[in-house]
Amino acid sequence: MNTLIYLIPIALILGGLGLAAFLWALKSGQYEDLDGASWRVLDDEDCRP
Amino acid sequence: MSCCAVGAASMTVAEGGQALPASEELWLASRELGGGLRQTELSVPGVHCGACIATIEGALRDRPEIERARVNLSSRRVSIVWREEVAGSRSDPSEFMRAIAERGYQAHLFSPGVDAGDDLLKQLILAVAVSGFAATNIMLLSVSVWSGADAATRDLFHWISALIAGPALIYAGRFFYQSAWNALRNGRTNMDVPIALAVTLSYGMSLYETIGHGDHAWFDASVTLLFFLLIGRTLDHMMRDRARSAVSGLARLSPRGATILHPDGSREYRSIEEIKAGECLMIAAGERIPVDGRVLSGTSDLDRSVVSGESAPVTVAAGDAVQAGTLNLTGPLTLKATAAARDSFLAEIMGLMEAAEGGRARYRRIADRAARYYSPAVHLLALLTFVGWILVEGDIRHAMLVAVAVLIITCPCALGLAVPVVQVVAAGRLFQGGVMVKDGSAMERLAEIDTVLLDKTGTLTVGRPRLVNAHEITPGALATAAALAVHSRHPLASAIQDAAGAVSPLACDIREIPGAGIEAKTVNGVYRLGSRDFAVAEPGPESGQSEAILSLDHRELACFRFEDRLRPAAYESIKALGRLGLSTVILSGDREPVVAALARKLKIANWHAELSPRGKVEACAAVAEEGRRALMVGDGINDAPALRAAHVSMAPATAADVGRQAADFVFMHSPLSAVPFAIETARRAGRLIRQNFVLAIGYNIVAVPIAILGYATPLVAAVAMSTSSLVVVVNALRLKATVPTATGGAEILPLSLTASRTTA
Repeated sequence: MNTLIYLIPIALILGGLGLAAFLWALKSGQYEDLDGASWRVLDDEDCRP
Repeated sequence: MSCCAVGAASMTVAEGGQALPASEELWLASRELGGGLRQTELSVPGVHCGACIATIEGALRDRPEIERARVNLSSRRVSIVWREEVAGSRSDPSEFMRAIAERGYQAHLFSPGVDAGDDLLKQLILAVAVSGFAATNIMLLSVSVWSGADAATRDLFHWISALIAGPALIYAGRFFYQSAWNALRNGRTNMDVPIALAVTLSYGMSLYETIGHGDHAWFDASVTLLFFLLIGRTLDHMMRDRARSAVSGLARLSPRGATILHPDGSREYRSIEEIKAGECLMIAAGERIPVDGRVLSGTSDLDRSVVSGESAPVTVAAGDAVQAGTLNLTGPLTLKATAAARDSFLAEIMGLMEAAEGGRARYRRIADRAARYYSPAVHLLALLTFVGWILVEGDIRHAMLVAVAVLIITCPCALGLAVPVVQVVAAGRLFQGGVMVKDGSAMERLAEIDTVLLDKTGTLTVGRPRLVNAHEITPGALATAAALAVHSRHPLASAIQDAAGAVSPLACDIREIPGAGIEAKTVNGVYRLGSRDFAVAEPGPESGQSEAILSLDHRELACFRFEDRLRPAAYESIKALGRLGLSTVILSGDREPVVAALARKLKIANWHAELSPRGKVEACAAVAEEGRRALMVGDGINDAPALRAAHVSMAPATAADVGRQAADFVFMHSPLSAVPFAIETARRAGRLIRQNFVLAIGYNIVAVPIAILGYATPLVAAVAMSTSSLVVVVNALRLKATVPTATGGAEILPLSLTASRTTA
């Protein structure tokens, strides 16, 4: 029972971090062009993102 | 990967002498970002791989005035941020278009203000993320409870679950609550009513149990349910969004503005909404006429195919009335506007379209029709269970628990996914074949049709003439004619160039006489290419076909005959439609002999010629009255009301704006085989949807007795729900595997792709 006191918050915080990361990615437009992103990763010319 | 540019160049979008937009037009359409920067959105339908991205971005990045350029492959768009001034001189945005065009891609100005749908999609994705987060965390806690946590630990876990689930349900569930509330307020019921009820009741019951230190809580079930259903909802929306951005990004046929000639002789480029009746407009050769008007001066040929379906250009001179949307081919015109844009011919069509709201308004989606029977049955079942348990045990709390379990088990989780997943997979398949679907209901309607109504000009034919008697003409005459023809935008002139191939320039004085032909003064004498009247100065016999005469000093050298070219694979597609058990009808606005000849050639027995836009709508209505369901395929402005009136409709990407907006499907590649391909895919999707319904109902038949008897624990519910959803999704993915069918639908796809490559 004692371990739960910090394990549960840790689990929730980690999950929340994942959610926050997804929301950030969505806001910064990383889901705007999924087809393009799958090609860009193969592009050799490393230029601006 | 150099194949891409070739394939892109052959995408037959916006052909037919459309010039690049003027610099002013691009300025007008760009958005000011501040700090001397402007942003322009261009649509480039030809991009389809990484090499295309690198080519276009590289080409744009080399230009000094461009701050940054980024290609969006999903929406086939390029966003360019550029400086208004570089080294003191004003930037010319039409250079960007030229830079893209030089690499072999067609670029069109993207109309702003069509992105309204994006916001809802973002909201839905956020809701999926939030409900997914809540579902996984609650599931973690629930697994601990199921594996034996008891007493204080279980209560703690239940409380934490309740705290996570509450806000998640309010935030992510609001789409279902709103939709359910709207349906109930109008005295209807839809799929969202049982969803909203099950989610709310199970949460309330679980909260009550948690307060009373009970064993079972259904927090995981209600949030997982929401998560799955939101995925379905988001997929459905994404499909629509993708089609919308692809369709709206196509070439615009109506111009954005025109040059106004003021009485004092000064000129001004103004956007189309600001043109008033009575003003003078200058229309250069190759431009579209923006508003209805009367010709003040100048002579030219007008291509009216988009407006009326007539395939042959019409000559106009001072005093003639011209309609908005027609393309000015050969000579500059000065017009007096007789109506503002909103009162022009186009507006008349819009009025007809609103009146012609046909099958689609009455159509109810399959899922909603299913819900009409499903939700009363489910609610009745839960109520009966509740009453039954009270009669047997007399324990209201236990009866309530069992009733909630029934509601959760029967909640249309699989049903909510059954339709959208199939439709998204089908839409993806169609997208690969070059067909855009506007929404899921269109696909359901397409699967039901039994009649295909086809427009002629621009649909069965490509709307551009082809030289038919090339073998009768000496190579010398053809070469001379081609040398003259390069100086004209007239469709017959382009056809001669196409037939001649490489053109050697003629050293002489050449001028085009609008409405007549081309004249060249050479050392040999005066060559003339054009109508019989003009070339040999005597009217010849009237033949049904269009023709052009080449003459030297009024002596006939050759007679060129033309006919409208069939769309690639037209004959095969009509046969394929026959094999699918569909009857075909031609509805055309063109003259009777032309339509009759085409119908004979394609072996279509049933045809109607010289139909007005209203006539086409009436033909659609007549088909509907016979109890048949029709697919209308058309491209012109005159087809738009019929496209709206038919049960379901389809338009080529070359269609007029209104036509494309009115159609449910838009096909990007030129072969007509897109039509049977889309019907075939829609029918297979329809079969899979029905299979999914059977699977979902079969699951209910097994699971519901367990729930009614009170054996359904939260663990059982979680397993059952996930399994049924998975089965439905896997079944939908079967559509991706190309199974050869009797109708040859699977083979049509590669055909359409290769054909578009080779027509370059």
